[in-house]
Amino acid sequence: MTSAADVLQPVIIGAGPAGIRAAQILVRAGLRPIVLDEAPRAGGQIYRQPPPGFMRSKSDLYGSEHRKADALHSTMDTLAAEMDYRPGTLVWNGDGQTLDTLREGVAQTVPYSHLILATGATDRVLPFEGWTTPGVYTLGGSQVALKYQGCAIGSRVVFMGTGPLLYLVAYQYKKAGADVVAVLDTASYGDALAGLPGMLRAPRLLALGLYYMAWLRAHGVALHKNIRPVAVDGGTRVTALRYRVRDRETVHTLDCNAVGYGLNLRSETQLASLLGCAFDFNAQDRAWLPRRDPSGRTSIPGVYVAGDGSGIAGADAAELSGERAAWTLLGDAARPVDARRVAQLDTRLSTIRRVRAALERAFPFPADWVGGLSEQTVLCRCEDITVGTVRHAARELDVGELNRLKALTRVGMGRCQGRMCSAAATEVLAQARGTLPHSVGRLRAQPPIKPLPIAIVPADTREVSL
Amino acid sequence: MALLTRLSEQHRATVGFTLDGQPAQALAGDTVLTAILTQAERLRRSEFSGAPRAGFCMMGACQDCWVQLEQGPRVRACSTFIAEGMVVSTQPECNLDDVARRQA
Repeated sequence: MTSAADVLQPVIIGAGPAGIRAAQILVRAGLRPIVLDEAPRAGGQIYRQPPPGFMRSKSDLYGSEHRKADALHSTMDTLAAEMDYRPGTLVWNGDGQTLDTLREGVAQTVPYSHLILATGATDRVLPFEGWTTPGVYTLGGSQVALKYQGCAIGSRVVFMGTGPLLYLVAYQYKKAGADVVAVLDTASYGDALAGLPGMLRAPRLLALGLYYMAWLRAHGVALHKNIRPVAVDGGTRVTALRYRVRDRETVHTLDCNAVGYGLNLRSETQLASLLGCAFDFNAQDRAWLPRRDPSGRTSIPGVYVAGDGSGIAGADAAELSGERAAWTLLGDAARPVDARRVAQLDTRLSTIRRVRAALERAFPFPADWVGGLSEQTVLCRCEDITVGTVRHAARELDVGELNRLKALTRVGMGRCQGRMCSAAATEVLAQARGTLPHSVGRLRAQPPIKPLPIAIVPADTREVSL
Repeated sequence: MALLTRLSEQHRATVGFTLDGQPAQALAGDTVLTAILTQAERLRRSEFSGAPRAGFCMMGACQDCWVQLEQGPRVRACSTFIAEGMVVSTQPECNLDDVARRQA
């Protein structure tokens, strides 16, 4: 007869701050979680570790957050033997009992009794003229180039968009010796003021943000607020960025050879979608998110979400919500739970949620951005489908829903599966229909959630029937 | 010429590879993306518009950095490390004329 321990097989997807803290709690409870992560080393995007042989210190790499990064990396190093950690593993499909994974060309089916999705986030982007030009990268991508490869995305860089990452990345670039031409924020001074009272709850975060801005100014980097992009110039690589102040006619030109931009973050929710989790539209994130209770449970028993993949809240919240989800899992599996610790986590998470609301006021999504896009602006990078094609479908073909739009125009059907275009498709479609983003629906995920190579070897060839 | 600028970590051992038929050098620990874009301006061309592309998200999400290796497979340049002897093409001969020529 199998004991309870034999049938309890938790799986965690993602080894960022949420996944690592979840794994730690499960290991402490005597379980041996399987941790599946796409990256070769643990840390997630924010605490991404450079390849072996790189020399910069953690304080160089992670700045003010280097102690948190170090603590997470050490936790993973210490616990690696007590869990089944599988780096370099893509989870490309899943159902109620198993996950389909691919690691170094080898396919494997991984069964689970409980599943914690800690799938993280990528930059939320909207298109603008020239955004596919070589030299235009996301803010997160710009940071990866520096942190992971010791490279700047160009020798004269403009950073644009909004959110805390905007100033952080600009600061990190300038500090590393890059020529940062300017920082262009879509948020206005009015937005900053509106967010200020709530930000006072997080004095350290606020002080850091103000410090980065002051430091950049003191080092000759121009900071402009309330801007909207016009276009990137240069056919084969970036030669300039043109922008204007919102609602003004005058176009300003910045000579540069790279642009890093992003509009806060977008949760990675494909796996929750494939598993059949219920989703709700979240007005703050302006996105559909897996429905979750405050303990991290989704609508499916035994499936939990944590970290930025469950809604954007940042790295500190990810650590807390990862741990919280693990405690919930233990409770649901009739294992002992540290109730005092759980109460503490809930208090800290609710404080962060209030700060997050203030950040959203300080760096709001520029909902008017897509209205200014020309018909010929590329909306889908994968297949070069234009804004005009989406507007035409909305107006002439009576398309009012994203999956219908995908069927007719292929927007969201390319290799990225909508990761880079879903925000834009949602906004352009809603605007063309004269409605709000939540009413055009949610793009359903399709397996495989990322492209697979044609040559895949099954882990156990005996299972293959030909 | 180059798109990316190296700012640090330049102490690493060199790795030889071939870029569009020319011998090239990268550093151990470079991704294929870094190896190419520290000496060239693009990774590939869009199959739909023919316009040059050089990746975008750098974290395996956008799928805009797939490049062709002469050895056969296509790899996602941002999440594949360069290796000694790799032969990389930023302009794979995959247009219809070439396909027709090969089949003739």
